Amino acid sequence: MAALQRLWAILTKEIRQLRRDRLTFGMIFGIPMLQIMLFGYAINTDVRQLSAAVADQAGTELSRQLQSRLEASQVLRIVARVDSAASLRELLDRGQIHVGVLIPPDFERRLQQTTRPAAQLLVDGSDPIILASARQLVSMPLTMDTAARLEPVVRLFEVRNFYNPERRSAVFVVPGLIGVILTMTMVMFTAVAIVRERERGNLELLINTPVSSLELMLGKVLPYILIGLVQVTVIVLLGAQLFDVPLNGALGEVYLAALLFIAANLGLGLLISTLVGTQFQAIQMAFFFFLPSILLSGFMFPFDGMPRVAQLIAEALPLTHFIRVIRGLMLRGAELGQLWPDVLVLLGMFLLTMTLAVLRFRKRLD
Amino acid sequence: MTGAQQGNSTSELAIEARGLSRRFGDVVAVSGLDLQVPKGMVYGFLGPNGSGKSTTIRLLCGLLLPSAGSARVLGHEVPGDAERLKHKIGYMTQRFSLYEDMTVLENLDFIARIYGLSRALRRARISDALQQYGLGELQHHFAGTLSGGQRQRLSLAAATLHRPQLLLLDEPTSAVDPQSRRDFWDALFALVEQGTTILVSTHYMDEAERCHRLAILDRGVLVADGAPLQLMADMDCAVVLVESSVPRKVQRALAAQETVRSITQLGMRQRVLVPHTVGRPAEHVRGLLLAVGIEAQCDDTAPSLEDVFVAVTQASRSEKAA
Repeated sequence: MAALQRLWAILTKEIRQLRRDRLTFGMIFGIPMLQIMLFGYAINTDVRQLSAAVADQAGTELSRQLQSRLEASQVLRIVARVDSAASLRELLDRGQIHVGVLIPPDFERRLQQTTRPAAQLLVDGSDPIILASARQLVSMPLTMDTAARLEPVVRLFEVRNFYNPERRSAVFVVPGLIGVILTMTMVMFTAVAIVRERERGNLELLINTPVSSLELMLGKVLPYILIGLVQVTVIVLLGAQLFDVPLNGALGEVYLAALLFIAANLGLGLLISTLVGTQFQAIQMAFFFFLPSILLSGFMFPFDGMPRVAQLIAEALPLTHFIRVIRGLMLRGAELGQLWPDVLVLLGMFLLTMTLAVLRFRKRLD
Repeated sequence: MTGAQQGNSTSELAIEARGLSRRFGDVVAVSGLDLQVPKGMVYGFLGPNGSGKSTTIRLLCGLLLPSAGSARVLGHEVPGDAERLKHKIGYMTQRFSLYEDMTVLENLDFIARIYGLSRALRRARISDALQQYGLGELQHHFAGTLSGGQRQRLSLAAATLHRPQLLLLDEPTSAVDPQSRRDFWDALFALVEQGTTILVSTHYMDEAERCHRLAILDRGVLVADGAPLQLMADMDCAVVLVESSVPRKVQRALAAQETVRSITQLGMRQRVLVPHTVGRPAEHVRGLLLAVGIEAQCDDTAPSLEDVFVAVTQASRSEKAA
């Protein structure tokens, strides 16, 4: 009973101080709003409207159809028409185009042969994302209205795009962004929580009272759980409003997953707080943790494409597991039960970091 | 059973330390401290900065682990039983340690909750404290905007809300004007009257003189302890007041003398400490000065606490040097 009273005292004190700290309070709303704008509008992995030039050496009905189909795909935007491969190369070199389309004089004859490709794409491969986009064109079905009624010989697979039919990056980015923003704010807030009191001298008084380590830690963490959930709400609402990000799963499960993830991050932040001596060190350590989280978690680059070592590191980061869960819930309409391994890892991480933080925190100065 | 017996044997002592030591790396902050603080009095720690006063106080409330030795505070072994002790002690840190971004009232309420006071008790004690420490008009001010004296009153109010049996005050008046210091000491004596034991560290002689008992610390070692008057009476030196027109010359002439322990200049006068063993101290000093051609008026005078402090710290330092 006394323990609850002390916990409540710490908790209400934290909220009161937070409310008076205008800058931090502003960050609670500012960071999610700013980041969703930045990431939502700027990051686009599905590159379209690549500038292109065409050298149509065939000049037939069929070659013109190919060009209009290329433009219709929206992958390319034809900005120039030239007559030779050399000219295409010249434009590529000068950086005026990213893709050159060379349609040889014997285009129609080649179309009927299965051994040789009918036309050539000259791609600026220095940016892998552009290369990947251009490669989509290779498998473009060439069912064309010709007298010959050519069967699409190049098309081996039919690609069906689930979950994100319009291939918009924002749909993919926003759910992950919930995780990134929570990582950034939650770890940072709690990393400085204990250190700040130590720096300001409050801790020496506090540890001389009957308050226990667990009460102190929980009292520090609980207000931020509420703040984290507010941030989730902001991101989900803005994501839906600005980018039509779907919420295919149950809203309650999204919050439940976020709750676990917030708890894991807060535990980690507290652990950092017990390891460092100054607020500056705390922020540095939070950042040290934040960068690999963004780069390795699968938020920016697909997890499957990373080397084994990077994957192992990524498995140790809460964000990796949360991104799997939240994308499953929001985009694939999965249920939390289907994603239980990652859910369990998040729960484990919370319990581990919290236990370590409580054990590491001593009511002493040495 | 054993608990009760131990309680009886130490019932007269609030604090008992045996060989308490603490080192930080190579630095010995406190060395083999034996301490006995009786209940119901103001016990002072007098010493310069770095003499181990703060470290000792932190050792006594379990904030630091001793490198050697042990202590028993209000019947609790420290550091082993420090958690149960925390309900019974109040601690005022050297640096202001309440929350500057909270008001006086919010700070007091927070501390009262942390000590688990009931709602009714909180209300009564906070209103008492506001009145007693003159904080009523300041109750809605942020602690960060208070003056040194006001902060110190707030700290004392916060440290006494749970009515501790023992108050540990670490240089409570170092950032406070003289009038606030006087008021503060009045408040301390009021608390003692109610049965509280107070351990206070200071480097002010006038404050040390107000204590019932005193321990003088020098570089981590307890060099003297007792009631201030007793310490003055027991001093192994006599004090000679020298008045001359050439005080710097006097200083140079006496500094080299083996029988002169120390010289302190106060304007045109000097307080000269000579061992009791020389007999007729004033005559002795006058003789020393005449031998080098200086005429000065020399009179025996009563020792002050500062003389005691100088004598015991010098003695301990020359012992160490020898």
